[in-house]
Order: sequence, then structure tokens, then C-alpha cells
Amino acid sequence: MSVELFIPRDSGAVSVGAEAVARAIAQQAERRNLEVQIVRNGSRGAYAFEPMVEAATPAGRIAYGPVTAPDVPELFDAGILAGGAHRLRLGIADQIPFLAAQNRLTFARAGVIDPLSIDDYLAHGGFQALPRALEMGPARIVEAIKSSGLRGRGGAGFPAGIKWETARGAAADRKFIVCNADEGDSGTFADRMILEGDPFALIEAMAIAAAATGASFGYIYIRSEYPDACRTVNAAIAAARDRGFLGRGAVGAGHDFELEVRVGAGSYVCGEETAMLESIEGRRGMVRAKPPVPAISGLFGKPTLVHNVVTLASVPVIIERGADFYRALGTASSSGTLPFQLAGNVKRPGLVELPLGATLRELVIGIGEGTASGRPIRAIQIGGPLGAYLPASALDTPLDYESMQGVGGILGHGGIVVFDDTVDMARMARFAMEFCALESCGKCTPCRIGSVRGVEVIDKIIARRDARTNLMLLRDLCDTMTNGSLCALGGLAPLPVLSAVRHFPADFGLTIREAAEL
Amino acid sequence: MQTKHPSTPPDGFDPVAVDQIVGAHRDLPGALLPILHEINRHFGYIPHQAVAVIAAGLNLSRAEVHGVVSFYHDFRSVPPGRHVIRICRAESCQAMGSSALEDHMARAIGAAVGQTSADAEFSFEAVYCFGNCACSPALEIDGELQGRATARTFDAALALLRKET
Repeated sequence: MSVELFIPRDSGAVSVGAEAVARAIAQQAERRNLEVQIVRNGSRGAYAFEPMVEAATPAGRIAYGPVTAPDVPELFDAGILAGGAHRLRLGIADQIPFLAAQNRLTFARAGVIDPLSIDDYLAHGGFQALPRALEMGPARIVEAIKSSGLRGRGGAGFPAGIKWETARGAAADRKFIVCNADEGDSGTFADRMILEGDPFALIEAMAIAAAATGASFGYIYIRSEYPDACRTVNAAIAAARDRGFLGRGAVGAGHDFELEVRVGAGSYVCGEETAMLESIEGRRGMVRAKPPVPAISGLFGKPTLVHNVVTLASVPVIIERGADFYRALGTASSSGTLPFQLAGNVKRPGLVELPLGATLRELVIGIGEGTASGRPIRAIQIGGPLGAYLPASALDTPLDYESMQGVGGILGHGGIVVFDDTVDMARMARFAMEFCALESCGKCTPCRIGSVRGVEVIDKIIARRDARTNLMLLRDLCDTMTNGSLCALGGLAPLPVLSAVRHFPADFGLTIREAAEL
Repeated sequence: MQTKHPSTPPDGFDPVAVDQIVGAHRDLPGALLPILHEINRHFGYIPHQAVAVIAAGLNLSRAEVHGVVSFYHDFRSVPPGRHVIRICRAESCQAMGSSALEDHMARAIGAAVGQTSADAEFSFEAVYCFGNCACSPALEIDGELQGRATARTFDAALALLRKET
């Protein structure tokens, strides 16, 4: 009897040797004359165990990891196909503590199914929300999204339902759905895992959005740093089209819907929605002034619903299980779950989907098990390169939109990067400004010039040249950037800088009192 | 007067290839980025002579095309070395020692980030996140991503590259 063995095709797993493991497994199976069916799944996100190999046994999927190619003969000796004992055996995959502690809705299928098999997707509850949505009709779909409380997962946290309602109400001959898969924030990879691990969920969600808003065409703008994701999504679009989930009449009688992948070109600011639209139109990724919002006048001047991958991928669950179900998770104003991404110096990094409102401690200590280096945690950056640095004393902060605002930070796209006590926070503050200077689109002065001046001023502070005066100057500069920038790049770059000064004054040559005075 | 670009490869510029690429994409709404990606793939960079061909094909000014080429990090204006090595410089990889790794790599290949080695074997580039943050630090050799990279794993990969050549 043929046994199914799951070996991830996820680019993260491949980056640590999954291809070599897959080759070794095929070789061993042949040599031993064993019938094995290799399935290339996505990653479940327990990256400390990648490459993680799973054998489908009558008792469930037994996981082994992290597996290297030289381990493979030994694993076959141990009877991996029957879930035999071995030092790398992790037990039933779903029961691995890192995974069992989570509440997986958006990521229910990632790492479980073959991402390119529609049949596998269907067998795991896929394409059930779309027909349901078509039955509901546009008004009720929009109502469900609104009452679910879903907020944009790309970083801004804007209520999704309002965008849907606006796009639906806008009169135009053509409308677009644009999926923002330009996941540029350091420390984040949730979009990539959906694109590589459950692309049909995104396609289904975009079809639902098309049905609700009347859009006939969608673009998925994927960053060029994700070549595997581009390949997987393109293959998934072709497969969905073959089976009639895209194309003529795909989202209702006489309502066609088509999807196309567009590839970014290494620009961080193109993750800002209007810069992304410029980029799709074939121009420099320069931010547009708002209003008009894209839902009124977006791509090629037409009403455009723009959402991040995770926001869209959360839609099928809401349609299928109802807005009330989704709303019951999380907190009053931050409903649902968020796929947090644990990275940096952490022992068990990876994707952790939890209801909003989970504390930093639950994530970083409980699930992440502290630093990888074993040294004390010193700083945690939340929400990507534009997110605040928090000290270890902030570990009890709940992770929801309002609480993060309360501690002077943002939740962003849910990235959490841990640093141990060897980090130099003045250097990290400098990096934040340097990154902003490098990636600024140049349209507004506070960001374009402010970031360059910011690097210079921080350099003076680091060199202890008139540190107090220069810190005051830095503070002024940050005020201008915060209040005068056109988009979040210049507007939020001061967050990591000033939070580093506030929480780690010693790194800037200041006492706590001096930092407080500034 | 036509001046030869100092970095034009000996086999020269092939305008037919550019024409074909432009022709294959010109009807696409917002065709410029897909065209530039294709040309970047074909030549390894965007030859300056291609700009005029693209501009004519898309009914844009050369300044507009140049503006787009120069805006995006992916579009090189000079040919890269035979091997392109990229390292992630973003926060998660920094937290796992990427700066020290970058220094080691620069010494090993004889080029700092932003440079190509004197023998034109290696171009060293910075990337701000591969989305492989759970396997930090990350680097990429000729398009192949490597996670949990160390000086030792990089040296081993480099030795393989040198053996192949």
C-alpha cells in the first residue's frame, strides 16, 4: 500500500534543505522498494522543525523534523512510513505544541494540503464560501464583511467592510480587485505562506470580492523577492480557470472574473497601496495623494478594492462560518485572528495565528520559547521596519490595534522581531532612517529629505557630538516627518527611532531622565 | 553620435530581442514593468540602448522609461557578475548576525555590497527581506535562497560555485 509523505515546497523550507530531503526520500523509497507518494505541501509555519516531513499513518500525520538529507536512510530504518520512533519524531503534527497552541482559521490549510491541487483544496472545505456568497448577493456579502469587524491586515487596520461598501457603491464601467502581495516588512512572511501554501483561498476570496463589488478583473501584485510564490499563484490561477472558478461567468451569470499576477521590482514603498497602483500601471512607485481613495478612483482611475493577502484570505471563513463567529474571536474593536509572525532571535520562530489580544508574552515566551541565543530579550520590534521597539518590560502588552497604539506602537502586518541583549539600539534607530532614505519614493519632502538628515543626526549622536542638542533636533525632525509625510513610510519611520531613544537611552549616551525630558 | 557603453558585453546589444519583448507585451495595460523584467532577465540588466526602443514601442518618452528603470532596485543599469549573491540586511536577519555574515561574505568574494568583484565573477547585492525571517539570516546565491546561513555554509556553497567554474 502506498503511503503519503509530505515534504514542504515552501521556499523557507527549501532554503534549509527540503529539496535535498525530497530527493533522498525518493531515492530511499526506490532502493527499498517501498511505495511512497510524495506530496509537496506548503509549510505549517513551525520553522524550527523545517524541513518537516510528515507520514500519513492511520493514527494521523506523524511529523519528523528538522530533517536533513543524511537523516533519511536512518528515518527509513526507523520505519518513518508507519510513524516509527526516531530522535526527530515530533508526534502527530497538529499536536506539536507550537501548532496546538494556535487558533488556525486563515491558515487552516497552509502546510496541510497540496497547494496546487484543487481537489485537495475542495476536500479541505475550499470553494464552499464562493457559491454561498453568490447565493447571498452583493449587499449581504458586504454586510457580512462589515459586521465581522475584519480590519485590513496589511498594516493600516482600516475596516474592510467600509472599503467593500465604497467600491460596491461606486458607479463605473470597470472595477478592479487588487491584492497587495508586496510583503516588504521585515519579519513578516504570512502573505508568502498563503501564496505558496494555500493560493486557492486567495483566488476564492478575490472572486467573492468581485461578486460583491462588481469587479471583473483582479491583479495580485507579488514582490519579486518571492519567485516561488509567483510561480505557485500563476499555476493556481491556471488551474482555477480550467475548472471554471475564474473566467466567464465565474462569479454569477454574465459576471466574468479574471486574475493576473504582476511582479514588483524591489521597491518597498510599492507596498503602499497607491504606489502599488502606480507600479501596476507601469510607472515609478510614487505615492498618490488621497483622496480620492482607491475604492472610488484607483487602478487606471477606476474603483478598486485593495487588500492585503491575509485580509482577503480571511474572507472565505467569514462567509462560511458567519460574521458572528469571526467577531466572537479577538477583542471588541480588533475582531478575529491575526497570523503573527515570530522572527529574529527567537528559539521557535514561525507563523502563529491567534485571536487578536493575545499578549506579547504568550507569543514570544510561551510559543516562541524566548531567544535562540539563550541570552535575555532586550528589544522587540512589532509591525515591521516602521514599527516601534519595545523593551522586555512590555511583554504583557496585548497584541491588538488599540493596545499597540496605547504603548506608542503599531500592530502593522503582525511581524514580531526579537533581539537579545547584544543589540545596539542606536544602530537600529540609524538603520530605520537609512532604510527610509533608501526606499523613499521622493514625492514628499519630509520623507525624502528628513530621512537623509535623520541618518546624519543619528550619526552625530552615535559619535557623541553634542548629543543632547542633536537629540532635540532628531525629535523635531521626527515631528515633521510624522505630521508632514504623505504616506506611512515617512510618517511611521520615526516610530522605531523615537521608541529606541525612549526605551534604550543608554545606547544614545543619555540617562533615563534626560531621555524623558526630550 | 553613438558611444559604446563601457559595460556593453562583447556580444553587443541585440535590438531584435528588445523589439520582440516589447511586441509581446505592448498590449498589456501597464506593460512597462513586465517588459523591463523580461529585458532584465534576458540581458542580466537594462542596456541603455533598450530605453529608446521601449519608449518608441510604448509611446512614452525616454525620460519616462529611464525614470522607471532607475526607480526600481531590481533593474540594473550595468551587467552583473557571473554569479549574483544577495544578502538580507533587514531587522530579523540583523538580530541573527547578518552584519558579521555580510562582512565575511564581502571578504570571501572580494566585493562589498553594491559592487562586483574585480574578476567579474561575483556581484554582491543587499535585499531588504526575503520573507524568510523564520530562518534568519538569509542569503541568496544565483536565485537560490539559503536560510540559517553561516560563514561556514556560505563558504561551502562558494567552494561549490568555484569548482563548477
